[in-house]
Amino acid sequence: MELNFAGTDLCAVNGTHPPPEARYGVVVVGAGPSGTAAAIEAAKAGAAVLLVDENPVSGALMGNDVPLYFGGRMTAATQNSERMLEAIFMSAPALEAAMEAGVEVLLGTTAWGVYRNGPGAKSLPDQVVGLADGERSWLVGFDRIVLATGARDLALAFPGWNQPGVMGAAALRMLLTRYDAFAGRRVLVLGSHDLALETALLARERGLDVAGLVEVREAPQGSADLVAQVTAAGIAIRCGQAIASATGGIDGVEAAVLTSGEVVACDTICVAVGLVPSIELVDAMHGPRALNPARGGYIPAGEATVSAVGSCAGLADTAFDHIAYRMEWMRALSAVSADDTIICQCEEVTRADLLGVQPPNYLARPPAMCARSLDTLLEDGPANPDQIKRLTRAGMGACQGRRCRDQVAMLLAIEADQPFGTIPLATHRAPVRPLPLKILADWNEPARMDEAWDVWFGIPTAWVPHEDIGTPHEDEHRQMLYTGMYE
Amino acid sequence: MSGADVVIVGGGVTGLSAGWWLARSGVKVIVLDKFIVGWEASGRNGGGASHYASPLFDEEQRMWPQMDELLGYPTEHQKERIIIAMTERQWEQYRFVAERHKRLNHPVELLDTKQVLDAVPLASEKCFGGVHYKFGGHANPHRTVQAYAWALQDLGGTIVQHCPVTGFETAGGKVTAVNTAKGTYGCDAVVVAAGPQIPLLMAQLGVDVPLAAARAEMIITEPAPMMPLTGVDGHKLYGRQTMRGNLAYGGGPHEWLDTEADGPSARPATPLARNLAKRLAELFPKAAHLNVIRSWAGIIENSPDGRPIIDRLSSPDNVVVASMSSVGFGLSPASGHAIRDLVIDGACSFADLDLFKLSRFDGIAPDWREQRGWMPIA
Repeated sequence: MELNFAGTDLCAVNGTHPPPEARYGVVVVGAGPSGTAAAIEAAKAGAAVLLVDENPVSGALMGNDVPLYFGGRMTAATQNSERMLEAIFMSAPALEAAMEAGVEVLLGTTAWGVYRNGPGAKSLPDQVVGLADGERSWLVGFDRIVLATGARDLALAFPGWNQPGVMGAAALRMLLTRYDAFAGRRVLVLGSHDLALETALLARERGLDVAGLVEVREAPQGSADLVAQVTAAGIAIRCGQAIASATGGIDGVEAAVLTSGEVVACDTICVAVGLVPSIELVDAMHGPRALNPARGGYIPAGEATVSAVGSCAGLADTAFDHIAYRMEWMRALSAVSADDTIICQCEEVTRADLLGVQPPNYLARPPAMCARSLDTLLEDGPANPDQIKRLTRAGMGACQGRRCRDQVAMLLAIEADQPFGTIPLATHRAPVRPLPLKILADWNEPARMDEAWDVWFGIPTAWVPHEDIGTPHEDEHRQMLYTGMYE
Repeated sequence: MSGADVVIVGGGVTGLSAGWWLARSGVKVIVLDKFIVGWEASGRNGGGASHYASPLFDEEQRMWPQMDELLGYPTEHQKERIIIAMTERQWEQYRFVAERHKRLNHPVELLDTKQVLDAVPLASEKCFGGVHYKFGGHANPHRTVQAYAWALQDLGGTIVQHCPVTGFETAGGKVTAVNTAKGTYGCDAVVVAAGPQIPLLMAQLGVDVPLAAARAEMIITEPAPMMPLTGVDGHKLYGRQTMRGNLAYGGGPHEWLDTEADGPSARPATPLARNLAKRLAELFPKAAHLNVIRSWAGIIENSPDGRPIIDRLSSPDNVVVASMSSVGFGLSPASGHAIRDLVIDGACSFADLDLFKLSRFDGIAPDWREQRGWMPIA
């Protein structure tokens, strides 16, 4: 087949991406105190500022532990989006100040991806952030983006953690302070660093029954002042212990069994061992990041057009080694739990299958497969969470690895006998929040996109059946499937 | 100096399959990869295995149903395929393809809308119809590349990861060793199956291999209810429902790239995810509420005519070069066999590979990429 090349590939991406539908000098993602302050400051400096916050997220997403580890302990109030929206305004007076300063504020609006030209892509007409609300998604251009996405809960697996009532400290605090929508009554707190101590005090202040704190180390870890307040409140801190399991019924957790054998009645187990800076956006855009154990894990390393503020930039540095602390918890929980403890809830991957690098249960495990493990994989090179994710499916589920990503990295480090930081971070990918197809879809795409759309490269010779080469069928093929091209 | 009978440069699906086929013949093989096996396009594609246009088609079809058993590891291979037309024009095109299949004796059946919905309940009642391929299918790329790697190890072969190749040693018209960041590997023969990196590697042997790299993208949803038939294409999308239920789909415009010497420093996805989502929501309207949970990109290479290059060179005469020109995953059981034959016997035992000879590009215009508009965006 003779193809006439015109010097242009009609199926290439060149010129097909639409420009953003709006553009701002500064886009701030996250309307917590740091984000709102950054937005006000930028507006006062004369910039056109857009401030977005994903909250209130839908009740359905909260049920999937997005963005925080809510553990199914939300009241029905979280299904009422108007009430939730009002609750946010009531709890954040600075938002009004931001609007008065000229900041455009969009709540219930998720930033799901940041895109810009760089290695591997030069086709974008602008650097953009992808936004979505309950109705649609759209792109917004920016000169500078400020990430104030906060920190998310570090989840930890133990037998029975995969039932309602096991949740994270950030989620509990949000339900208590912002939404007044917490459905539990008696809370056992795991951990004794400042996060755990503050969470226990808050829970007590809000009228909850606090069943105590559990600490794997031999002494409470937080500041002396907070420890004193907790002790004065009559809240017990059980040191040198871990949780062995959570027992429960159809409504979820009913009790925690500690390694001492003590059974603590509670309807909620709050994992308050640590928070992880929410760097999904910066990581998904290949932005630079660095591991900082004193600031809670991987944090954005900073650059001219992308900055991070608040806990997204790292937890307050109190010289506490969060990574070492987490690893100690992970080791303690692994030591007392059976190998069939679920690590990835979405895909139901057990610790044995994760470390055995075994496929999911719907696949056969012939003898050769059973003989494989992380140990045999390590003979080929260092552990890589993405490779193990692909084989075991741990982290491939609907929560996008929010509940298991950090645990998998810790377990791989422990099993490989390597420091945590030597195991690469499992990739974050856009959309960094689950987004329905119909919301993510660009229903107003430019005609040029459709004109360029081929199922693959639009090279007629690639797909002519070899029997047809050199026959008139070749040109029929081109004319039918590549109409108007190469003529 | 360590070494093997055959050193394979590139642990993608093509190199791994070649290594597995060679190991099955008792040949001692080492597969070298710059990073981790299957990390590039081999682990990022749509998993399709229905490449009827290729001379390797019959072998592809013969091998896939046996692969789980032969490899000893699951590949998630599933049989058959349906292509659904969402526009009148697509219906006209897909019927043309169906007629061609009939002429070439590939078993296909035209389906009306109701028949499409029976096999693909998530499909649209507004679809024009479909073509049921009673052949082909799909498999899980991640699982398959690792299965090849493990299977060739089980046969005594070696995988060396994190081991970029830096050059070759030659003597007497042959490559005698492959130099890497981790040392030198002696060899009797070499297979260069390094995807987009092939031209830079082969240039060191004075051989010009015209290939251009480009980036393509896919999206995946959370699991949907399992459909009776999971190999579903159409509406100018390719993809599959995984055995877990996720809908993994790609298609649409590609971006031509320069090849970086050390491999891609990034494989960025773009807002093209929105255009993929639109078409997938149209193809499967009953799945439009499902969450997209990831998007990703991969980098693949194409030859000037979009057809593979599988050839044993005349000089050095112990080198086989293999690029599947952006369509390597599904054909891998057959491409590995062909490469094995070229290495051991000097000729393919089961297909005519004249179409894939490198010499077809002898004298190609130096500006062949410019002519085609295959240049990176400045």
